[in-house]
Amino acid sequence: MATDSQVKLDPKIPSGPIEQRWDKHQFEMKLVNPANKRKFTIIVVGTGLGGAAAAASLAELGYNVKSFCYQDSPRRAHSIAAQGGINAAKNYPNDGDSIYRLFYDTVKGGDFRARESNVYRLAQVSVNIIDQCVAQGVPFAREYGGLLDNRSFGGAQVSRTFYARGQTGQQLLLGAYQALSRQIGLGNVEMHSRTEMLDLIVVDGIARGIVTRDMITGKVESYLADAVVLATGGYGNVFYLSTNAKGCNVTASWRAYKRGAFFANPCYTQIHPTCIPVSGDHQSKLTLMSESLRNDGRIWVPKKAGDQRSPDQIPESEREYYLEEKYPSFGNLVPRDVASRNAKLVCDAGRGVGQGGFGVYLDFSDSIKRLGKNVIQERYGNLFDMYQRITAENPYEVPMRIYPAIHYTMGGLWVDYNLMSTIPGLFVLGEANFSDHGANRLGASALMQGLADGYFVLPYTIGNYLAQAKLPKVEVGQAAVREAEVEVTDRNKRLLGINGKRTVDSFHREVGKLLWDKCGMARNDKGLKEALKLIPEIRAEFWKNVRVLGANEEVNQALEKAGRVADFLELAELLCLDALKRTESCGGHFREESQTPDGEALRDDDNFAHAAAWEYAGPKNQPIRNQEPLVFEYVHPSQRSYK
Amino acid sequence: MNLTLRVWRQKNAKDRGRIVEYKVHDVSPDMSFLEMLDVTNEQLIEKGEEPIAFDHDCREGICGMCGLVINGIPHGPESATTTCQLHMRNFSNGDTITIEPWRARAFPIIRDLIVDRTAFDRIIRVDGKAGGFVSISTGGVPDANAIPIPKDDADLAMDAAACVGCGACVAACPNASAMLFVAAKVGHLGLLPQGQTERHNRVLRMVSQMDKEGFGGCTNMGECAAACPKEISLDFIARMNCDMIKASFVKG
Ligand SMILES: Cc1cc2nc3c(=O)[nH]c(=O)nc-3n(C[C@H](O)[C@H](O)[C@H](O)COP(=O)(O)OP(=O)(O)OC[C@H]3O[C@@H](n4cnc5c(N)ncnc54)[C@H](O)[C@@H]3O)c2cc1C
Ligand code: SF4
Ligand code: FES
Repeated sequence: MATDSQVKLDPKIPSGPIEQRWDKHQFEMKLVNPANKRKFTIIVVGTGLGGAAAAASLAELGYNVKSFCYQDSPRRAHSIAAQGGINAAKNYPNDGDSIYRLFYDTVKGGDFRARESNVYRLAQVSVNIIDQCVAQGVPFAREYGGLLDNRSFGGAQVSRTFYARGQTGQQLLLGAYQALSRQIGLGNVEMHSRTEMLDLIVVDGIARGIVTRDMITGKVESYLADAVVLATGGYGNVFYLSTNAKGCNVTASWRAYKRGAFFANPCYTQIHPTCIPVSGDHQSKLTLMSESLRNDGRIWVPKKAGDQRSPDQIPESEREYYLEEKYPSFGNLVPRDVASRNAKLVCDAGRGVGQGGFGVYLDFSDSIKRLGKNVIQERYGNLFDMYQRITAENPYEVPMRIYPAIHYTMGGLWVDYNLMSTIPGLFVLGEANFSDHGANRLGASALMQGLADGYFVLPYTIGNYLAQAKLPKVEVGQAAVREAEVEVTDRNKRLLGINGKRTVDSFHREVGKLLWDKCGMARNDKGLKEALKLIPEIRAEFWKNVRVLGANEEVNQALEKAGRVADFLELAELLCLDALKRTESCGGHFREESQTPDGEALRDDDNFAHAAAWEYAGPKNQPIRNQEPLVFEYVHPSQRSYK
Repeated sequence: MNLTLRVWRQKNAKDRGRIVEYKVHDVSPDMSFLEMLDVTNEQLIEKGEEPIAFDHDCREGICGMCGLVINGIPHGPESATTTCQLHMRNFSNGDTITIEPWRARAFPIIRDLIVDRTAFDRIIRVDGKAGGFVSISTGGVPDANAIPIPKDDADLAMDAAACVGCGACVAACPNASAMLFVAAKVGHLGLLPQGQTERHNRVLRMVSQMDKEGFGGCTNMGECAAACPKEISLDFIARMNCDMIKASFVKG
């Protein structure tokens, strides 16, 4: 069986020393003649860092590009919300960073569940990204001498994070958006905003287009192409409450999965330790407080369970700075999964603070004493303001309250070294693919990956594909195309026709809560089995009792949501199934049955040093779990320790 | 708390539209304004009425997608705050709140509170030759530290670059001018060495596109900056006017 899945899952890793693989591969790849590029049409779905960078770069090369996003403007993709920064192995601060170190940290941080060759390439091209962004006019933070400033971020022991105040994602995305805008202006990219992809068109086993719905008129339409690129982001919103934008969804990836693209490691979800706690049932999303805050804030809870005193009434001796005590060398800067799990532990033990007891303090009083309020204000002013707007508390005076929340998904569509999925002609970039972060992503590495994929990897590898692919002509009237269109139209009709009693959101909340309880920060056999029993019941109830008003031929936000939630209700099951089958703990996936004596995640390399890539097997059958074995030639798997 | 909402309902671009009144109950002061609308919508759906359509995405004040005129003020009463970051603790039990879309000729209404802001995208892209971008392609650029940039310039460029493209400036302006939005982009790129080559062409082309889109002229009322959730300063308009004068000399 292993051989069977290896045939299906050839990662196409180039041979030779890891430092030379990408260069060698670039040289060996076939090129498309400049005059011929115009003849190829490429669809890029998504205008986040991955999608906008790819669409702009491909158009610059001369390809005919069609770009899609569901927002009113490509500038609003969810990448815009990233606060903290972007990593690159520039070693400007001369503190010992290198491509190799960034590679090493990423493989280790991912708890030895990523593909080494991809990670190495990511570290290599990271340096080009910063050059590119500066040339576009991205206003990164600078020092008084006029050179770029760096900070240390999310558990890294070198300062390799570039940032633009607390708005790094915004500035990087605007850079990519501007590059994309230039190509739209020049007529090389046809932009379709407020257009949602609802299916993938596969003709004779090859990805040849997408079916979309115009979100203003409701018109369902097909677009055909020589290759399709998905850069549609992560699926964290399956949990309902997450730090993702409200519209983030799994639909594009899920449709591709059901058409034959394998979905890898869905259970690798990242929980971010520093978010504003839930304040009530009305809560529609959670707000991240950048992790950079952990550089200067100290995390603590009262030693006594149920201590209701206000924080300033709790003397030093009755506080527990649990991260500093447990992990003396990393302290408050331990990786995200470790910080999150420890917050859960203290709160489950009844020592959480704030309404409902699901919160811990992040206290700046020592830093303010040491550095002065001005310095703290300069570093985090906008974050403090945001916190105050949301909670009505002033973090300069009262410690912030934070709690972990779903933030990022490492799992996603399986891709090979060329970023191509198991469907030829379908490429996947950014958070939507599974490739580079293993079981846990390091802070400031998602922006790096999105831009690496879009600016520097895909433009090469897609050319190699197009130069060799045999692509017969496809037409809109053709059976495979018509059939996909009809499926989309019928599904919308069905959703509108149920006219039951419950709102879409009520189902989304229900499944989200279930996942958070059973498949959130800690998972176990019993809970996962319960979830696997309940999810199909919620799904059945949804298709019987959801109420979606209005028509298809108009702006219909409830219909949009219903389609997305229907897909989440299917993904939720795969997520739990993947979590159930992976009986080890690794990175963000913590199985209670698999821990070290002091409660850290315990991997099982003998049985699980592989990526699990799920293959859709039809509506009535369990999906098939294929494996891509992971080989560690350079960074030898060790128990992660941050003590 | 309990509130009365007076909401602009308009089925599509052709419909005339009207204000409809709704009562909402059990609004918590901790809710965001959009969460209050979520609750209203849930109540409407339960009654079999179509929910109120409004734009939003990040709900963190950064994507620029949300934008409502609340009691006559774009983004509502709290300064330097987007609609999604406005919280109900700014209102009191029994209040009547009027909620309308951005109103400007260049921003036609699509449905209810949703307007079409693609004019902003067209101002950035112009025709692909000098616009709200630096005309460089991927690859072949100098090392990021090859050109030092004085910290003050970089910081000021960042102040301008913080614009989220929400359009509140247009909604607030009695002339529905897009000057603050355009000036923010012209200011951002004009302050950096990378933006110098196209500086003159950029300002002329972006302003001419702005005029074509049907935005009004600027008469220095300052309402834009007062409504701007990112506190983009009027100084950038002054800066852009200078650039315009220089550019018209250079370009004749
Ligand atoms: C609050 C927050 C802060 C973060 N901070 C950092 C940070 O400091 N550093 C870091 O490295 N990472 C950070 N991340 C993670 C990082 O921002 C994301 O992983 C990354 O930006 C994802 O980029 P992307 O291009 O893959 O997708 P996205 O930016 O999510 O873009 C998805 C695109 O796909 C489109 N789309 C989706 N579905 C469809 C569909 N069905 N049809 C049509 N279009 C569709 C959307 O319109 C959008 O354009 C943060 C994430 C969050 C939530
Ligand atoms: S200038 Fe301010 S109000 Fe105008 S679009 Fe930008 S952020 Fe919005
Ligand atoms: S929803 Fe993104 S700024 Fe308000």
